Amino acid sequence: MSTNGNGNSGNGNLAQVDASVSADSEVGSAVSGRIAPPPGQLKKSDFVSDQEVRWCPGCGDYAILNNVQKVMPELGVPREKIVFVSGIGCSSRFPYYMNTYGFHSIHGRAPAIATGIKCANPDLSVWVITGDGDALSIGGNHFMHAIRRNLDINYILFNNRIYGLTKGQYSPTSEFGKKTKSSPMGAVDYPINPLSLAIASESTFVARSIDIDVKHLGTVVEAAAKHKGISFIEVYQNCNIFNDHAFDSFAERSVRTDRVLYLEHGKPMIYGKDRNKGIRMNGAHPEVVTIGENGITENDLLVHDIYLQDPSVAFMLARMEQPDFPQPVGIFRAVERPSYEELMVDQIEAAIAKVGPGSLEKLINSGDTWVVQ
Amino acid sequence: MSTVIEPPVEQTEKNLEELEAVTIRFAGDSGDGMQLTGTQFTNTSAVVGNDISTLPDFPAEIRAPAGSLPGVSGFQLNFSSQDIKTPGDQPSVLVAMNPAALKVNLPDLEEGGTLIINTDGFTPENLKYANYASNPLEDGSLSGYRVHKLPVTTLNMNALKGNVTLSRKEIDRSKNFFALGVLYWLYDRPMENTLHWITSKFGKNPELAKANEIALRTGYNFADTTEIFTTHYTIKKAKITPGKYRKITGNEATAIGFVAASQLANRPLFYGSYPITPASDILHELARHKSFGVKTFQAEDEIAAVCAAIGASFAGQIGLTGTSGPGVALKQEAIGLAVMTELPLVIINVQRGGPSTGLPTKTEQADLFQAVWGRNGECPAIVIAPATPADCFAMAIEAVRLAFKYMSPVFYLSDGYLANGAEPWAIPEISDLPKIEVKFASDPANFMPYSRDPETLARPYAIPGTPGLEHRIGGIEKQHITGNVNYDPENHHLMVKLRQEKIDRVANDIPAVEVFGEKTGKVLVLGWGSTYGSISTAVEKLQSEGKSVSAAHLRYLNPFPKNLGEVIAGFETVIVPEMNLGQLCTMIRAKYLVDAVAFSKVKGRPFQIREIVRKVEEYL
Repeated sequence: MSTNGNGNSGNGNLAQVDASVSADSEVGSAVSGRIAPPPGQLKKSDFVSDQEVRWCPGCGDYAILNNVQKVMPELGVPREKIVFVSGIGCSSRFPYYMNTYGFHSIHGRAPAIATGIKCANPDLSVWVITGDGDALSIGGNHFMHAIRRNLDINYILFNNRIYGLTKGQYSPTSEFGKKTKSSPMGAVDYPINPLSLAIASESTFVARSIDIDVKHLGTVVEAAAKHKGISFIEVYQNCNIFNDHAFDSFAERSVRTDRVLYLEHGKPMIYGKDRNKGIRMNGAHPEVVTIGENGITENDLLVHDIYLQDPSVAFMLARMEQPDFPQPVGIFRAVERPSYEELMVDQIEAAIAKVGPGSLEKLINSGDTWVVQ
Repeated sequence: MSTVIEPPVEQTEKNLEELEAVTIRFAGDSGDGMQLTGTQFTNTSAVVGNDISTLPDFPAEIRAPAGSLPGVSGFQLNFSSQDIKTPGDQPSVLVAMNPAALKVNLPDLEEGGTLIINTDGFTPENLKYANYASNPLEDGSLSGYRVHKLPVTTLNMNALKGNVTLSRKEIDRSKNFFALGVLYWLYDRPMENTLHWITSKFGKNPELAKANEIALRTGYNFADTTEIFTTHYTIKKAKITPGKYRKITGNEATAIGFVAASQLANRPLFYGSYPITPASDILHELARHKSFGVKTFQAEDEIAAVCAAIGASFAGQIGLTGTSGPGVALKQEAIGLAVMTELPLVIINVQRGGPSTGLPTKTEQADLFQAVWGRNGECPAIVIAPATPADCFAMAIEAVRLAFKYMSPVFYLSDGYLANGAEPWAIPEISDLPKIEVKFASDPANFMPYSRDPETLARPYAIPGTPGLEHRIGGIEKQHITGNVNYDPENHHLMVKLRQEKIDRVANDIPAVEVFGEKTGKVLVLGWGSTYGSISTAVEKLQSEGKSVSAAHLRYLNPFPKNLGEVIAGFETVIVPEMNLGQLCTMIRAKYLVDAVAFSKVKGRPFQIREIVRKVEEYL
């Protein structure tokens, strides 16, 4: 293939070069991946694109991808109506691997792109895939505003507490004092809690899960998809290259039941392999108690209510963390509020109901006009 | 409102002289209502059949301290019985409501010009604010002008006191209508147009409506009876092509132009914007047009505004974002994404003085380089620029046509002068407007996201919701045809050239640049954007004196019209007047290897006709 031309792009007929490039061997597989699935029930494999997945072996992203692909058929949304939008970072490669519409955009801006997509076509199921650096550093502003507007989009933040794609600098969720290439004496940045921020931004759906907790992650993703309005999920995701074992202290299988609190709506907050640990309120503060000790029974425990309009309890739960508390996962909050795009469409319909569909003739003839005879 | 012109009512007692054109500047505190006064005078002048051109000039501060120099707000209007294209070089009449307004604007008033002064504004305090050591009304310093002193505030108070149930402060606010009444008499304008406006504007507040009406009528009658004015003037109707006209500012024309484009393309318009002077009026205007399906999104920042527009484009709507220079600087990375993903997008830049915050309310043309070259990588985009306020309408439609046809971002470079300046616009017939074709891909069998139209090199437009066309796009380099992520060096080189070639081919699809005057000669004055009025008027003047001068005006800046090189070659000297340090000039020199001359003015103000005349004369 010759692309040298004469150095002046204005002169060469580049369309003629097409043939030589289209002979590339990758083209064939690309075509097969794009053929529409047969009508009827979709399978997980229908959501697997033809692109080779290029995350590091052992990355937590694989588990999340697998889970999302598995949940997709359950949603009953045709594949062509699904759009995955991402920013920049390891997790943001995600859309390439989904056989849906996808937009791998620029650093931090996925929520803004998704906003335009959803407003333009509210019929689409729109997913934002982002990471801790993408969402909370460079994209912090869009994070807050996309959430407060309550667009009906699903927003999954892969939190590995590190910059992976740029090879291991501390991130806005890295623990205080973390030693990395860019913080050899320890980070002096205090970390941000993604759920606190989402709740403070008036998120109507807030949840958390763990990459390797496959079943739990699936149910959370499905619940998020069904929530009308913004659905924010933080997924603890292990970066086995630059921040391995970041979540082992509670996520590792052997300790998980003792150190993770699975929040379930309508149920008392109980955890532990003996199901005898729980959370109760002591004045304004949560505390860990043991059922059967000091006369504590299940009735003393806090009962989880995802529908509370007041976000205080959800916020309190979001602040609980190891080692003082079990690490809570599950749905923290799921409340109803009209979505942004719905309100936008309502205003358009109201305007049309009031003055009729816009007339260009009338528009250009409005204002200060006069006739010259 | 539509009015058929009727001859003005004859006033007979005093002399009535005929003038060809008047340039009048209204100046006062930013709270004095000078923009409103100017606008009303303009509307009436348009309705009586004069040609008009206006230049508002207001401070960046909403309410600078009353009486202070930075708080002066001005509005210049040129109205004429001849065809005019600029708001006039120098006002022949200055209305000054206070000492600060006089101080700021007097240097612009032509020698022997007329001054109409509100003497009530000349208090010791205000004189001090304006740094006058002595009162210019008394110290003889205005002897070179025809000065008319009117105690406007007092006269207005006397007229209204007892007639309306308003406070003194509220009554004082109507004094601009008194001044307007005086000027209506002085320039023989009917009051009906403004009376009608007062009724519709203040309908909900009858006392205010009454006050303004009395103020206007009293001002008019006062001027008629007082001995201060012995003569008044009439300006005949201009010879304007018959038809229906509308007074329009550039920002209005831009906004309704994009609504029209949406109708012509049969695609909804999505406008993502963050408030910024002088572009915010476009957001305000578009937000009013929801019945056209227009979606306006006031974003959290400039970046979100453009990104949402890109998202809307991806989803099949007209993605439009609007801002001024600093906002474009923030949007550039996202515009690069639109270049890479080859999505339609229109970016309105209502240019203002820069760099940084610069002069937010003043005009400039210094963002041409930013539009053409302002992104990382080889990142070509189409760049166009309307030439007059009314031209903003046509160019908005053109921007959308090109964005869809070439699947490319299009920069639409307006500026503060076009945005706020007004002129008569011959309202077009809808049937004469161009149709905009939007082709969506739909056939899965032959779909490749980065295959190309053999003529335009545009890639197919496959929007979410289309079965079988699921594909992924993004900012990483794309493999030719498949659109897959690709890092191959040969592929990158090819794609860089393809993206450039696609933009270059737009030259096949745009009109040739026209030459006003002879096709060869001594001097070609080459301009772009809002300098059109001054350049064409200056060149016409020189041509009428038999000088070998022609003009050409670029509405397409990237790519250039195909015949531009040939046009340039016909002249000994090419002069490029720009409100920057020579950006178009640099591009012309680089592309055509000619010793083009930059004529720069970067003062936040448009070129005067005579400035261009003088510059050209140096080369004749």
